[in-house]
Amino acid sequence: MTEFVTQGSWVEIQNIILDVGERAAQVPQDTRQVPLELRIKGFLVAAAALGDEAEIETPTGRRLRGKLTTANPAYTHTFGSPIPELSTIGGEVRAILREQGRIR
Amino acid sequence: MSWKFGYAKIMGQRDEIIKASLGIDYSQYATGRLAFDYERLLADTGYTIDQVRAVQSRAAVGDTPLLELENITALVRAGAQPGKGARIFVKDEAANPSGSFKDRRAALAVCEAKNRGHVGVAAATSGNFGAAVASQAARAGLRCIVVQEAFDSQGIAQPEIAEKTRACEAYGAEVIRVSVGPELFYVFLCVLQESGYFNASLYTPYSILGIETLGDELARQVRRQCGRFPDLVIATHAGGGNLTGTARGLEQAGARETEVVAASVDLAGLHMASDHDFNRKSFTTGHTGFSMPFTTWPDRADVPRNAARPLRYMDRFVTVTQGEVFYITQVLAELEGLERGPAGNTSLAAAFAIARELDQDQIIVVQETEYTGAGKHPLAQLNLAKQLGIEVRRGDPRDNRPGRKIVIPEHPSQLAVVDIDLDHVRHSYLHNAIESLDEDARLSGVDIEFLAAETRSSQDYVQEVIDEMC
Repeated sequence: MTEFVTQGSWVEIQNIILDVGERAAQVPQDTRQVPLELRIKGFLVAAAALGDEAEIETPTGRRLRGKLTTANPAYTHTFGSPIPELSTIGGEVRAILREQGRIR
Repeated sequence: MSWKFGYAKIMGQRDEIIKASLGIDYSQYATGRLAFDYERLLADTGYTIDQVRAVQSRAAVGDTPLLELENITALVRAGAQPGKGARIFVKDEAANPSGSFKDRRAALAVCEAKNRGHVGVAAATSGNFGAAVASQAARAGLRCIVVQEAFDSQGIAQPEIAEKTRACEAYGAEVIRVSVGPELFYVFLCVLQESGYFNASLYTPYSILGIETLGDELARQVRRQCGRFPDLVIATHAGGGNLTGTARGLEQAGARETEVVAASVDLAGLHMASDHDFNRKSFTTGHTGFSMPFTTWPDRADVPRNAARPLRYMDRFVTVTQGEVFYITQVLAELEGLERGPAGNTSLAAAFAIARELDQDQIIVVQETEYTGAGKHPLAQLNLAKQLGIEVRRGDPRDNRPGRKIVIPEHPSQLAVVDIDLDHVRHSYLHNAIESLDEDARLSGVDIEFLAAETRSSQDYVQEVIDEMC
């Protein structure tokens, strides 16, 4: 069942700008073997299904077309778990300052 | 708008597109084959440092606190010879509206765009500058497009850049995210041509003049607080604008004896255009992937002549390892109560090591801090590193291997800087300069004079090195 995203929704679209074989001459081997891809977010001009070509209006008012990839794309960057290799540093340096008599 | 303008066609039009979007005719500054009138390029913007200060003040930018890091200085002294351990200060540029000194550059660029009647500004940057331009554009009522190199072929976004995307979008900008590759410049040219927006590049004269106030401010603040100018200012070095602007600002304040030190994270071995290497570095700026190329040949940016010319201004160029920056970030938070981002901490790591060798009454200023948060934080970067199979452990920082091992010091005494041989850098610059010429081109006296200024050397030195090469 195709998932339709309603008109006016904040979405992300994707385009392939340069295919494999069209990459700039100076890129290294691993980059040469993948396409140059572009992603951009905006408001859906007309309802569309995920995976279909769709048109968005960006925050600057420009109209752009591309493959509809995500509805209401989340920001997933975070902190993650504490890193044990960092967790003890505070205690270590406070111990040095304590030894110096600078802190109790 | 179609992206299929044609790569070759657009790249062939790059000079006209850049000229139209910036309104500067760089050719009028040429004085020789290589030489151009750098000072006139900057002066022709029509902004004095006082006018820049006024623009920034209206934009809620600048006039940031100077903080003394007494506990960190004490930690340095605990491991230094008697009488050694310079005072370390930091200029808290994170206090600017979008959280970094980039606001100083953006304020001027946006002011200029508005004066010229542009409806919007565009910038190609994956870093703080994008957020700064978006923030200033919002205040000025201009539209904003930011083009970022943001993710690899697996779709994995570099967490620090993901946070920049979020910030730019929060300020109402259109953000175009591109996968790894130098062809981002092509995308940016398409955007400039299609939109007609002002090119708020990091490398225009406006961008450099905007940073002069930082150098000037910190010199005056230190003199007010300590009765004299700093002995040393350390600036995190990537594209060269930070170093150039700060050094010029110090000069303007009269701090002519202050040593200017460039600091970068060492990422030797990683290729900046490699899809594989993209997420295997834990720093997105302030590293040798930018600073080595831009120091040895500034004219590789999105403008014909780069206003950032770091080799003219650096007294010393040092590198630190990824592990040391993560270590000092933790120390800054736990000993000074300041949670700050990686760019400033790169210089702080260098400051810690250098302070150990200086006298207790000497003064070192770390020239910037930036904000931190999800994505930018050491936790985010180290979790991604571990996920991608990079070894993270405590140990001797000399065992750091970019892309493979992040080694976090076990003791503050292990923090050190590695000096980059500036003579070697000058040779590379001159080699690049010669390479850029046509086969039959002859250098004039003006060119030799220019190259001497560019390399902070002498005409004899330049002539000697060139003769060796030919």
